Amino acid sequence: MVRKLSIGVIGIQGAVSEHEKILQKTYDATNISGNIIIVNHKEQIKKINGLIIPGGESTTISKILVKLNIYEEILKRIKDNSLPIMGTCAGCILLANNLVENTKDVKLLNAIEMKVKRNAFGRQKESFESIINIEGFHNPYNAVFIRAPIIEKVGGKCKILSKINNKIIMTRQDKYLAMSFHPELTDDIRIHKYFLDMV
Amino acid sequence: MNTIKLPDLKFGTEKIKKGFAKMQKGGVIMDVTNAQQALIAENSGAIAVMALERVPADIRKDGGVARMADPLKIQEILDSVNIPVMAKVRIGHFVEAQALEALGVDMIDESEVLTPADPFYHIDKHKFTIPFVCGCRNLGEASRRIWEGAAMIRTKGEAGTGNIIEAIRHQRMVTKMIKKLQELNSNELKKLAENYSQNYVDATETLTGMKVDKDTLVFEEYTYDFIKKEILKVLNETKKIQRLPVVNFAAGGIATPADAAIMMQLGSDGVFVGSGIFKSDNPSKRAKAIVEAVANFKKPEIIAEVSKNLGNAMQGLEIESIPKDQLLQERGW
Repeated sequence: MVRKLSIGVIGIQGAVSEHEKILQKTYDATNISGNIIIVNHKEQIKKINGLIIPGGESTTISKILVKLNIYEEILKRIKDNSLPIMGTCAGCILLANNLVENTKDVKLLNAIEMKVKRNAFGRQKESFESIINIEGFHNPYNAVFIRAPIIEKVGGKCKILSKINNKIIMTRQDKYLAMSFHPELTDDIRIHKYFLDMV
Repeated sequence: MNTIKLPDLKFGTEKIKKGFAKMQKGGVIMDVTNAQQALIAENSGAIAVMALERVPADIRKDGGVARMADPLKIQEILDSVNIPVMAKVRIGHFVEAQALEALGVDMIDESEVLTPADPFYHIDKHKFTIPFVCGCRNLGEASRRIWEGAAMIRTKGEAGTGNIIEAIRHQRMVTKMIKKLQELNSNELKKLAENYSQNYVDATETLTGMKVDKDTLVFEEYTYDFIKKEILKVLNETKKIQRLPVVNFAAGGIATPADAAIMMQLGSDGVFVGSGIFKSDNPSKRAKAIVEAVANFKKPEIIAEVSKNLGNAMQGLEIESIPKDQLLQERGW
């Protein structure tokens, strides 16, 4: 029997409609029957099978998540071990349990044992596209990095899925998937499909 | 796993430039004039700051020629915050833009708030690695700027007035015309693209005193025929997706949380707040309130809550009280 999926996309700020679009494309391509919930109320967190935290400004997204009590609700589901989460760029930062420059402006979700450095490649003129290899993918992947973070250190059960110039850019720990680039800015559905398989 | 060599990295592609703008959606970009204000903005949840020497209200009051800010000032702001830093250049002043790119700002605003530098042309933004945002009052201006390589558009409004009426006027002009595109057939769209390209023809005919034909270079290395085709592409894409093909912010007169939220409800992807924050009684409180209003623009109960007790907004100006030659929105074409 086919189960109907309900995936939430945090709808506070950033590349929300881009995630919505590629997620729909992934549903269509894989014959998954699912819906997409743009999350801006805490109640919505209770009803979803998976959550995507998009790229944007981590400080802005974090502040509003806390203010609307969505942050707390996500923490509860992380504690219950009942909610797979994918974080891209800003979302990757929020999934971490440690930052290189700690700041009270960002409240972390502590889902993955990793230490993240924000804007690690520099400012916008250092933003780039590049072909990368991802563990478990047969073909290379064109990744889009925008003022991207890197994962400086991983611990515990955190698995490294991709690196560029020896810098870690994608990890997975249990139900949580983090990457410093933006799959939502491409037409390549493989990462979203990977995440749906986790769900 | 293989590691990637540096030469394989592609910088400043359209995807990177437009992608940066997409990351700003749903956010508030605040004008700041020093590091201390930049920190207040970051702390209030701004997605980016615009580094300036004077906010538009002061530029308007002081008069004289307004230019790119002192790079030392911009550097101070770059060094003080983690969020992106943008800065303004005069319309057409590509060397101010080169300087800002060298300095490392994250986005350049080719802005009518500063005194225009070139009477004929805007900057050819394709030639830069960092993305640009440009103002517009209508779909024609938006199409020309997008074709010229702008990664983001902001409706102009009337900067430094604290009066929302022009911001709403320009947003409505853009969205109404996008709706209108749905009714146009391919010949009518071609005609519209030709209309929208006329400014390049006029500039060239003024410069040379000669008639332009389809192969005449009318802007940089681009022929009239090429520009018409490119603008038609922008219009076709706009018609297809029923919105501008780049991120579209509102600007020029936003002073309250409700002002910000009405622009969002009218279809803006986010807002610029210029004088509205640091010309008000309580900048930090107002900044936070505007950020929350933008993130929750469809929730009236939150707009009501955050609008309470913010102190006085900036005083503001009636548009009719401004002499026509001092209207900033008239700058650029």
